[in-house]
Amino acid sequence: MNFSEIFKQSNQLCRISPDGRYLATCVQYRLVVRDVNSLQILHLYTCLDQIVHMEWSSDSLFILCAMYKRGLVQVWSLEQPDWHCKIDEGSIGLVSSRWSPDGRHILNTTEFHLRVTVWSLCTKAVSYIKYPKACQKGIDFSRDGSYMALAERRDCKDYVSVFVCEDWHLLRHFETETQDLAGLEWSPNGCVLAVWDSCLEYKVLLYSLDGRLLSSFSAYEWSLGIKSLAWSPSSQFLAIGSFDEKVRILNHITWKKITEFEHPATICSPKTVVYKEVEKRPALSIQDLSSHSVSSRSPLLAVQSKYEISQPPFQIPVVKPDLDRANPKVGVSSLAFSADGRYLATKNDNMASVVWVWNMQKMSLEAVLEQTAAVRCFQWDPRRPRLALCTGTPRLYLWSPAGSVSVQVPSEGGFQVHALSWHSNGESLVLIGKEHLCLCYMDTEDTSTDSNIWTK
Amino acid sequence: MPESALEHQNTAGSAVVYRMSPLGHFSQSEAPSLSGHRSPFVLTSFCTEDNVLECRSYINQEVSSLGLRAVWTPTDGPAELNVVAALNSLYELIQLQRQGLRALDDMEVERQRSASNAELLQLSNTRLKGQLELSKRENTSLLEKERQLQLKVKNLQSCLKNEKEEVQRLQNIIASRASQYNHDMKRKEREFGKLKERLNQLLVDKKEKKQAMEVLNYVERADGKRSMWKTGRTEARHEGEVYRTLLSDYDARQRELVLENSEQRKVLQQMKRDMVSLLRGSKPARREETPGDPQTQGDSEDSEEVLESSKEEFEGSCVDAREKLTNSIRLKWRKLKSHMERLDSQASLVQAGEGAEPDAVPLETHGQEMERLKLEIQQCKDFIHSQQQLLQQRLTSPSEEEEAASLPPGSPMQGEGGRPGERGRLGEDWRALEEQRTHFEKERKTFTEAAIRLSHERMMFEEDRATWLKHQFLHWTPFTDQNQPQMTEGEQEAASVFSPECLPGSPSPETSSSPRCQALQTQSTADPYRSLPPSPESSHSPTQPITINGCIGELPIGSSGGTATVRTQLTS
Repeated sequence: MNFSEIFKQSNQLCRISPDGRYLATCVQYRLVVRDVNSLQILHLYTCLDQIVHMEWSSDSLFILCAMYKRGLVQVWSLEQPDWHCKIDEGSIGLVSSRWSPDGRHILNTTEFHLRVTVWSLCTKAVSYIKYPKACQKGIDFSRDGSYMALAERRDCKDYVSVFVCEDWHLLRHFETETQDLAGLEWSPNGCVLAVWDSCLEYKVLLYSLDGRLLSSFSAYEWSLGIKSLAWSPSSQFLAIGSFDEKVRILNHITWKKITEFEHPATICSPKTVVYKEVEKRPALSIQDLSSHSVSSRSPLLAVQSKYEISQPPFQIPVVKPDLDRANPKVGVSSLAFSADGRYLATKNDNMASVVWVWNMQKMSLEAVLEQTAAVRCFQWDPRRPRLALCTGTPRLYLWSPAGSVSVQVPSEGGFQVHALSWHSNGESLVLIGKEHLCLCYMDTEDTSTDSNIWTK
Repeated sequence: MPESALEHQNTAGSAVVYRMSPLGHFSQSEAPSLSGHRSPFVLTSFCTEDNVLECRSYINQEVSSLGLRAVWTPTDGPAELNVVAALNSLYELIQLQRQGLRALDDMEVERQRSASNAELLQLSNTRLKGQLELSKRENTSLLEKERQLQLKVKNLQSCLKNEKEEVQRLQNIIASRASQYNHDMKRKEREFGKLKERLNQLLVDKKEKKQAMEVLNYVERADGKRSMWKTGRTEARHEGEVYRTLLSDYDARQRELVLENSEQRKVLQQMKRDMVSLLRGSKPARREETPGDPQTQGDSEDSEEVLESSKEEFEGSCVDAREKLTNSIRLKWRKLKSHMERLDSQASLVQAGEGAEPDAVPLETHGQEMERLKLEIQQCKDFIHSQQQLLQQRLTSPSEEEEAASLPPGSPMQGEGGRPGERGRLGEDWRALEEQRTHFEKERKTFTEAAIRLSHERMMFEEDRATWLKHQFLHWTPFTDQNQPQMTEGEQEAASVFSPECLPGSPSPETSSSPRCQALQTQSTADPYRSLPPSPESSHSPTQPITINGCIGELPIGSSGGTATVRTQLTS
């Protein structure tokens, strides 16, 4: 495993282009585009203000930089560096900006969610979509980019509008049976739209592309409900994480619950592999302490950690949440299916330092990874069943069915990994710190050499 | 009375004395009263010179009353006292006195004992009383406790009720608050919406800082096409696309399901085949040994049937076939299970028997052996049964037995050596067969008679039918429907009713002739009924009506020439 040198970035804005050739990073009001392999700067664009949001177009030809405070969006072209486009939302304000799937339209959500403005880069056409709802996930594009579902709120009722992205034709418009719609998400095959209610009510509604209600699911009443939701890549399963610390899996034929994954505080099953991170502080001599610079610079002298396999029964540290406060830190807040759909990774908020990996074929708990700090972010390799996670420490953690490993990020001044994102080919990984980033290269060819790391 | 009591005391020892105490007591009380009665004499010396005789007689009387020998007997002389007798009686009196004293002592002891007994009883009585008192107190305390507990329960119940009410109240409050909140929310949202609207309006109206886009030059669409106008056609296209994607999704899903289904079916088939083969393997031994056993036969039939059905199912996947498959699988499974259970029990039996015999037979041979033995038992049973039957027959027909007895020496009763039993049995069998034969003969006779009768009747019936048909024919006009060979009674009636009506549609001469023709028919049909013997054709041709209808022009009933002519007239 190799690491690149460290680059600066701001607002954690660094994205690899969808085609995997470029890496765009924002540093204050500058946009830097590098080659992923050589990491040489290809383009440098200067925006009018500090960039708050940056996004690649789907064809990797344009980059959108949004400056919400100024109500400005600037678009840059990679093919024609002197081409530029500036969209000014004016006094109506701007809270969110995104590309349409075709990479030729920009959807801007104005302040107070007054409307969504659709700007076309091809024509002068500007379209408005009124009454967008301010919620967790109010807009979702189908995977193939042909449809957009938008949550709307008018007359105290929730509606969903389905648009054809090609020409922004309103295909369907229907009222949903929700109290307060919180989000919507297309299934990966684009045929089913999952709509869920706010956390006050556990309710998932499944609509067909043509607006028919296929099914609705409610696990319980009166208690806080859904916290997260994820489709399996095959659209076969819908995983719903809720405040009761459970994940429920629905099937795509009857839309009934197949199973539920609990997150118990004690793991007794001998079939589950429990990795526990153990930190080791190297004994420091007086000389090391006296020469402070050395200790801080040398990664060898930093705290070292490794995974150890724990035998059941294993006790997981549980933080008792303050239930009287809003949005209590309890329940399953993140869910992610691996690219092949075989594994599901979850995180339960009152066991913040633990990531759970479930086997979707056996419908059982496969592995538990307990870190010393709270998990910030985890993401599956887009090619392999390999999970990367970070905890805000200078370490990167990887899990695969073969084993688990914790890697120290070699850096000066303690590079702490706050977020990470995989390259689309699964061979490298962008590690994002507070103001820096670095690339981590997986050496897939010579796995045999460091197989000692990957063994259980 | 006192005397008998004394005697009793004498004979029966102290134990009896204890029991006889009332009697003893009585004698004790008697004695002092007696002495008290006589006390003046005792004090003033009982006997004096003057009253010797009186005293003697008195003593004598007393002594005799006591059952002792008299002191004086008139034979002794007036003045003489039989000294020996007197002394004897004196001695006896002393003895009596002693006995009395002893009894008295005993009584005393007895009395003391009973007194102590009484005391004891009293003591225990007081103790028990104390206990009673105690338990009573306990009882009252318990009652009190119970009362208190009940009170508490009541309190708690009332508390519960209160709590429930409270909960209800709180729920109501929550509900009202929720509704209020929802209402407020809605109001706020509406206001919010209005504000948004207003803001939107204001922003749109405002001119100085409008939304704008500056683009150096417009870029091409990603697909290189130019955007199209929105028309009805695009809408239709979108709809079409939606349904196409949905359809393809459903298609894919259906294909998946079909695949899965076929997989499942394959698995089921495989399972069934395995089961059948398993059952087959376990069965043949049983089947060849017990060909008469209905159950095994049924089993084998079942298995064959299942095999056949499985062959069928490879092609068809209709509901029936599926049901059949699942049913047969279920059936097989049940059989397999029972078989397994049987094997299990056999295994356990074998295991149990292993301790007794060291050379335990293997499971299969054991099973086979068992089957064989069972078969043997069955055969023996049959044998016994038949023997019993024969025995009974013999008993019921003693005359036959006699007949058998009078048979030559080869007869069953007088058979020699080990054969007599068998011979007798054979004879019996023979006789039974004979009897059956006669029965059959009788039956056959009755059957033939019945058959003859039946044929007679049938002939009659055929005759009737022929005549009736003839009659009908004479009624029919050629224009009635010929394609209804077998009419019901009602239909025929209707036909006969309608026949005159359909005549008007025919050419005019017929219309005029129709009443005549009917009259003729009535006349002509009356004759053949009586005069004509049943025609041979009609008697043995059940399909007669059809043939008649088939060729209406030439009537087979040759003798009804009159009607035939009429008909030809009509048809022409």
